[in-house]
Amino acid sequence: MTLASYISWIILPLLGMGMLLTFIRVVRGPSLPDRVVALDLMATFIIAISAVYSVASNQPSYLDAAVVLALITFLGTVAFAYYLHKRGSNA
Amino acid sequence: MRDTVIALLLFAGTFFALVAALGVVRMPDIYMRLSAASKASTLGASCILAAVALYFASTAVTGKVVAIIAFTLLTAPVAAHMLGRAAYFSGEPLWEKSTVDELERSGAWLESKSTDQLAARENCSCSDKKVEE
Repeated sequence: MTLASYISWIILPLLGMGMLLTFIRVVRGPSLPDRVVALDLMATFIIAISAVYSVASNQPSYLDAAVVLALITFLGTVAFAYYLHKRGSNA
Repeated sequence: MRDTVIALLLFAGTFFALVAALGVVRMPDIYMRLSAASKASTLGASCILAAVALYFASTAVTGKVVAIIAFTLLTAPVAAHMLGRAAYFSGEPLWEKSTVDELERSGAWLESKSTDQLAARENCSCSDKKVEE
């Protein structure tokens, strides 16, 4: 079994399954912070998937997307946390 | 040999990422979900990125991978802490079987809130009684 077929038959489906599980929490999450946590985890899954796909397709430029996503995700989470803190309890 | 190590690292990373997803779905309360998501997903992404660096074995790729891992290790705890703090102050309830709430006991949340938010909390009858003491 080559590495590319191992990735596309085992690793990528498992990662996709994890992303679906996380999406359940995004849909059902009872409150806004739950959804923010789940979206943060989904971004981590996208980083992992693009890194794995760069191995499967032997194309290292997919890692650039992972770098940018790792930078942007932190800003998004901090902005959401700041918004939740500002909003306080009246909602 | 190297392919075996890469395959093992990829599987370990996928396993930890799946554990994080399972924790986010199954944990009873936002603080436990946050804990599961931030810790396990950091380890999972780091393992997968290490496998990528081992596969390409070039300076440019390894530099990017080290940058991503270092940035994730630095920012994931900060983001999780900010999110948990914001969730606590917006009145998110703890799991009913939790026994210790040190932040409430220390009263530190009183100083960190601005006065108009405190007034809004007193006027709002829907917030839970536990936080108001």
